Amino acid sequence: MTDTLSTTRQASLDRTQRIRAGLRRRHLGETIFRGLGLAAIVLALGFVALLFVDVVRKGVPAFTQSNLHLAVTFDPELLKVDPAPVRDAFASQAEYTAASLKWQRDVAMLNWNKVVEASLRAAAPADVEIDSRQILTIAETDARHDIREMFVADPSLLGQTVEVDVLASANAANWIKGNIDRSLGDAQQQLSAPARALIDAFVENGTISNGFAWSIFTNVDSRAAPASAGLLGAFVGTVWMMLIVIILAVPIGVAAAVYLEEFAPRSRWTDLIEVNINNLAAVPSIVFGLLGAAVFINYLHLPISAPIVGGLVLTLMTLPTIIIATRGALQGVSPALRQAALGMGASRTQMVFHHVLPVTFPSILTATIIGVAQALGETAPLLLIGMKAFVASVPLTPLDQATALPVQIYLWQGNENRNFFEPRTAAAIMVLLAVMILLNGVAIYLRSRLEKRA
Amino acid sequence: MDMVAGKVKMTQQSVKSAMNPTDMLERPIRLTARDVTVHYGAKQALHGISIDIPDRAVTSFIGPSGCGKSTFLRCINRMNDTIEGAKVGGTIKLDGEDIYDPSLDVVELRARIGMVFQKPNPFPKSIYENVAYGPRIHGLARSKADMDEIVVSSLRKAGLFEEVKDRLNEPGTGLSGGQQQRLCIARAIAVGPEVILMDEPCSALDPIATAIIEELIDELRENYTIVIVTHSMQQAARVSQKTAFFHLGNLIEEGVTEDIFTNPVNKQTQDYIMGRIG
Amino acid sequence: MNALIVAGLLLVLLGVAYQSGWSRSRGLVTADGVNIHSRPQYHGSFVAIWAMVPALVILGLWAWFGGGLTRDYTVSLIPTDIMTSLDQVGLNAAIARIGALASGYGVTGESPAWEQAAGGALRSFQMLTFVGVLVLALVAGGAALIYARSRIDARLRARNAVERVVNLALLACSAVAILTTVGIVASLVTEAFRFFTFIHPFDFFFGTVWNPNNAGSAGNWGSYGLLPLLVGTLMITAIAMLVAVPVGLMAAIYLSQYAPPQLRAVAKPMIEILAGIPTIVFGFFALVTVGPFLRDMGNLVGLSINATSALTAGIVMGIMIIPFVSSLSDDILNQVPRTLRDGAYGLGATQSETIRNVLLPAALPGIVGAFLLAVSRAIGETMIVVLAAGNAPVLRGNPFEPVATITVSIVNQLTGDTDFTGPQSLVGFALGLTLFVITLGLNIVALYIVRRFREQYE
Repeated sequence: MTDTLSTTRQASLDRTQRIRAGLRRRHLGETIFRGLGLAAIVLALGFVALLFVDVVRKGVPAFTQSNLHLAVTFDPELLKVDPAPVRDAFASQAEYTAASLKWQRDVAMLNWNKVVEASLRAAAPADVEIDSRQILTIAETDARHDIREMFVADPSLLGQTVEVDVLASANAANWIKGNIDRSLGDAQQQLSAPARALIDAFVENGTISNGFAWSIFTNVDSRAAPASAGLLGAFVGTVWMMLIVIILAVPIGVAAAVYLEEFAPRSRWTDLIEVNINNLAAVPSIVFGLLGAAVFINYLHLPISAPIVGGLVLTLMTLPTIIIATRGALQGVSPALRQAALGMGASRTQMVFHHVLPVTFPSILTATIIGVAQALGETAPLLLIGMKAFVASVPLTPLDQATALPVQIYLWQGNENRNFFEPRTAAAIMVLLAVMILLNGVAIYLRSRLEKRA
Repeated sequence: MDMVAGKVKMTQQSVKSAMNPTDMLERPIRLTARDVTVHYGAKQALHGISIDIPDRAVTSFIGPSGCGKSTFLRCINRMNDTIEGAKVGGTIKLDGEDIYDPSLDVVELRARIGMVFQKPNPFPKSIYENVAYGPRIHGLARSKADMDEIVVSSLRKAGLFEEVKDRLNEPGTGLSGGQQQRLCIARAIAVGPEVILMDEPCSALDPIATAIIEELIDELRENYTIVIVTHSMQQAARVSQKTAFFHLGNLIEEGVTEDIFTNPVNKQTQDYIMGRIG
Repeated sequence: MNALIVAGLLLVLLGVAYQSGWSRSRGLVTADGVNIHSRPQYHGSFVAIWAMVPALVILGLWAWFGGGLTRDYTVSLIPTDIMTSLDQVGLNAAIARIGALASGYGVTGESPAWEQAAGGALRSFQMLTFVGVLVLALVAGGAALIYARSRIDARLRARNAVERVVNLALLACSAVAILTTVGIVASLVTEAFRFFTFIHPFDFFFGTVWNPNNAGSAGNWGSYGLLPLLVGTLMITAIAMLVAVPVGLMAAIYLSQYAPPQLRAVAKPMIEILAGIPTIVFGFFALVTVGPFLRDMGNLVGLSINATSALTAGIVMGIMIIPFVSSLSDDILNQVPRTLRDGAYGLGATQSETIRNVLLPAALPGIVGAFLLAVSRAIGETMIVVLAAGNAPVLRGNPFEPVATITVSIVNQLTGDTDFTGPQSLVGFALGLTLFVITLGLNIVALYIVRRFREQYE
């Protein structure tokens, strides 16, 4: 008896010895594995941080714009035009309109560049030598339109001098902000040496100053005058599409989820719909673009490049998200609530619409916002339905030509004037991300509010 | 069927005959617990448990559900470490060595104190690999032949070898519930533990499988110190030599099994055994 | 404008119908002692549905056939002698001019007398048909209203009728999902078949040269070999998976098994932010930051890496997919029952041994499913590759060189151009069909595996 006892004791000690021998190695393995996990987290979070820092670092400079403060003289010598017609001098409104249109045409034919040039020269130091073409590269090309419109609106300005702010050109802005390497030789610079010297002089004497770039928010896209290119048109286009998505995807999505979850008999048909919805959620977005091009534009002849088509395509893309999320929310409703409602004599429809749906409202709302935020950033399908056309106007209806924020980003990153448009693209990305973060923040806030109340 | 029924009967007889209180009390003490408390966050689950566990005998913990018997069992091989927010106080000693001593390696401890769980939980591997897993991670087998021997002898000790010897490479999850539980016991034995903890090992099994496991426990008692948590008083009476009654996180009464069931000192124990609380 | 008038009148009809059903129902209530089956709201809805259906049917028919009728009428307005001199394009132009005259916008250039006359006639025709259809719709709706109202009595099971309609409407909504799939398949298949009338399927699927002649005409369409694009796609996908799977899986393991709750509460949503960032942003990031960085790194070690290459696009796509892999894996790891982990701990396994030997093998099918879903997402991703892969549809295996993918070529061949007449644009649909079939196959297999996995532990 004692013999066996001592042999088992011995065996046990032996075993312990062997286990101890391996412990160091095993704990090292544990530490390494854990370290790898932590490294993965750090790496993933590092990517998030890097991306945000990178975009912000690149985009922030684009939120300042360089303004030229000019004293514009409407010099009668340069502006040789008849006085503007007045209504009293004409017998009928029609004649007056005709005369006034003719006058406006005459005004447009004048060489307004001379006016811009004169005011630039007036602001320049006395000893500057620079030719007309070079000096005009400093101001944005649409400066002359702004000044002309001032004159059309108020013909009495002739002979007067007015203080006007116009944008410096994109190339001038690059030079001022250092977006282009200042040490590069003349051949690689986009502005001539005298123009660059004059810009520096302007900065010196306060003719050029930097201010917040409101133009990004208040202007539409522009190719002729890149410094004034803004996001307003794309933003409104995006708003139209999101409205369409919300109006169509939410009711249809919720209704479909309610049907599948609450009413549909379990059959092959509903199984098919279910598999189908799960697969739709994973279909590449570009395929939806193909669907839009073939069905909405080529077959139904909806207008090309219009938010209505973009909205419809994004609706179809968002539907699965909303259906899946709503079904999840409906499944989460406690059976007790259903039985209580049915027990009170409510019909199935009444139970669903009066008792079950209201409880799931916070989840549906969150899913909707997340779905919309997803649709907001979608680019590829919009390219296929023509929304990458250059549009320099605000779409007033969903049938007008338009583009969208992410597409505008795509267009700007492809612009040849990289020095100017890279920051501006990053700025547009900041606006897009800000809208998305705002939406997600609202979703989180609303959910916590509504869930607390419930 | 007849054979199994006979087995059950035999088991009960053999257990009865083995129940010799004096024999039990003469056994050396393997585990001692003093003032053990457990907190889950702000909630206290155990209030100062002190008990001695005798060597190579079966000790059973009984009590109504939620009484803390499983919680205490999980303290003995520090399984509570894996639960977030669990805090254990007091001391538990295995052969005089404090198992909560920071210098003690929990991996080594668990190799010495094995555990069998409520629900059979074979790994999604073959029967062979299930049993070989413990020896493999601890480096206990010197060679393939060594490992084969450990696996076969563990399966034999768990009374499963004859049933599975032709399909050692089939998945362990394909066995019946009772077989799975015996596989889990074999898996625990393979590491060569000194103590085996069993957390309601039969609660997910049918009566026949339960009888087989109970018989197995009785056999294992020869070589291992066994602590078993059970919600069945009959089971405690059948398999254990020592019984402890837990209620609301307190150890109410402990003693020789026969005494606890026939002559409980405490009123609460009496109520529980008579079925008045539970 | 017209749409607003129609919508307004329909709303009025709806309101009137509901009100009339509701008030009639209230009338029943005052006649005491009667047991009324449905509440007044249901009677109101009952009448409203009756009134709306015929009105909507008539308006719908007009919306569908009205355009064709108007066109036929316009054609009939063109004098026969002019008609004979017009070809198809000329006819369309003439119809457009008459339409413009009718709408009052005017047309450029001289407008002959017959055109002016036709414009006027079309104008009155449009006016007349619009008013006519609207009146017809309202009359039909009104008649249905009166009929439905007359049916209201205490025993009318208005609630059941209304609920049946609600059910049908819900069913219709869930059919939208099916219709979308049907629409996708139908448009891809028909247009792809048109493409195959120009280019033999064999030349498409097994061709090794991608060189569409975008200005080409019959006999000179260019080459449309899929293989260079497929290889580019697979190369980028493979690189993306090499980045996303280890990082995503390890991140999921760390977050679900090791991380203290505070870290998990912060890190999990942070990683999910990555999933919400639009792909165009990743594309920009790849183009202006990652690409040049890789090129410089390559120069440092003497490797020639293009700024826009399969490597750039693949790495950034991998970053994009990390949260996708990690949140799916996290879900799956959490599905593995706790008892399995306990079993391993109980034997004295360390945490990493438990994870590697027990948790991961148990979760393997689910993780494979997640992996396939991630592959399908990578294959279908567009904007990152459009911006950062360099668009060089050449069959080669060097990841440091520019490549092109299926999605990039769809965008290149089909940007807003919708006169699908030649293979140059139609190939977009053949590529789309290929993409759809690949991703659908992956998704079905993946969803099946994940579902089987869930059932195993339920």
